Amino acid sequence: MNDQADQQPVRLAPTYRFQWEEAQQAHVLLYPEGMIKLNGPAGEILKHCDGTRTEAQVIETLRQQFPGHDDLDDDVRAFLSEARAKGWVS
Amino acid sequence: MSDSPRPLWLLAELTYACPLQCPYCSNPLDFAAHGAELSTEDWLRVLREARTMGATQLGFSGGEPLARRDLDTLIAEARKLGYYTNLITSAVGMDAERVARFREIGLDHIQVSFQASDAELNDLIAGTTSFQHKLDMARAVKANGFPMVLCFVLHRDNMDRVDDLLELAKSLNADYVELATTQYYGWAWVNRDRLMPTREQLEEAEQITNRFREERAGDMKIYYVVPDYYETRPKPCMNGWGQMFLTIAPDGTALPCHAARQLPGLSFPNVRDASIDDIWHRSGAFNHFRGYDWMKEPCRSCPEKTKDFGGCRCQAYMLTGDAANADPVCDKSPFHDRVLSAIDTRDQRLTEVVEKPLVFRNPKNSRALSQP
Ligand code: SF4
Ligand code: SF4
Repeated sequence: MNDQADQQPVRLAPTYRFQWEEAQQAHVLLYPEGMIKLNGPAGEILKHCDGTRTEAQVIETLRQQFPGHDDLDDDVRAFLSEARAKGWVS
Repeated sequence: MSDSPRPLWLLAELTYACPLQCPYCSNPLDFAAHGAELSTEDWLRVLREARTMGATQLGFSGGEPLARRDLDTLIAEARKLGYYTNLITSAVGMDAERVARFREIGLDHIQVSFQASDAELNDLIAGTTSFQHKLDMARAVKANGFPMVLCFVLHRDNMDRVDDLLELAKSLNADYVELATTQYYGWAWVNRDRLMPTREQLEEAEQITNRFREERAGDMKIYYVVPDYYETRPKPCMNGWGQMFLTIAPDGTALPCHAARQLPGLSFPNVRDASIDDIWHRSGAFNHFRGYDWMKEPCRSCPEKTKDFGGCRCQAYMLTGDAANADPVCDKSPFHDRVLSAIDTRDQRLTEVVEKPLVFRNPKNSRALSQP
């Protein structure tokens, strides 16, 4: 992870909308004429990518929320780099 | 296929009114004879009921949805209910101010259709002077921060200019481009022989699209919808009948796909008489081709039926006369030759001397074509 990415707040790309879907009991990403159903961890991570936290802060928030997960750091970083590659977050 | 399918995708065809006359329009030929449009109250109820059942994506289309006076009310309510709201429009009927208002009331996305990359062909196909206005509106859509899909329906007359279409989309900063080869329903069926590209045209267009994707597209995503006449397996039409898609026609008729109305022997329910829940789960029409029990051979015993659900019921009906047959696009279908014989090669095309004229989609032609 480069430093620059760590300084910038992580935010959802403007072409996506993120919300909880009651009927599916899942978070989803919505975009023009399409939808991605997210699994539990992905939903929890993206919830905090609202443009107010850097990647490190997202991790810190999740660590407080889910104490005792040793791999959390790596998992979040891996997910976010994939999410960046897919254009979900910037 | 899951046990309890949900109407995740709701297509609200608000009106058949449209200032354009595209000869490939998928609206029914007899649209001019259809009954009164649903009231605002009816639509609001449809939106609420479908949302409760899990509908998430909502498309406002038509005809031209901008022609509906209560469009703003419906968009605002849909957004409040939590839908992702898509406006599928020709852009004729809006101005920059209206685009800005759509943003304020929470519309999520605007899809603008173009008929070609230049004014002359665009306006000829559309049957109206609209090209310059479309350009202005596409810019307004982006200026207001909307994600934008540009949609081009491809056919014989514009297929050789795919690179121009893509350049146009790029210059307008489209987020997505949809290159959709004409599907032969509704008006396109009447004009099929006149619209169908040659095999060579299609191959060239695909190559050009692939090259553009690699070299020029950047962040712009390109969906190239290959027409299934040229394939040997059908598309999983609508992801299966009554599995995901719900279309409500302007008069309130509920359909598992927007072309299904033409199928004989089915009586499609109307939202004026029944709840969406009833229609989706319990109506005869929505259960008719659900699952696999209705299938005949070769589909019935085919291992691929879970992948394509036997293809498109409308195409099976139009080309074989029986909607329960395999989609004849499939080369296992005994009727596959009917698909092949509709496709020309360029050599055959060159020997054609007299061109059939295009039949434009307008109320006058609708009445003429639907006379008993
Ligand atoms: S395809 Fe053309 S004629 Fe048909 S509704 Fe769309 S814009 Fe109107
Ligand atoms: S026979 Fe029917 S199920 Fe099998 S591939 Fe062809 S259309 Fe699909």
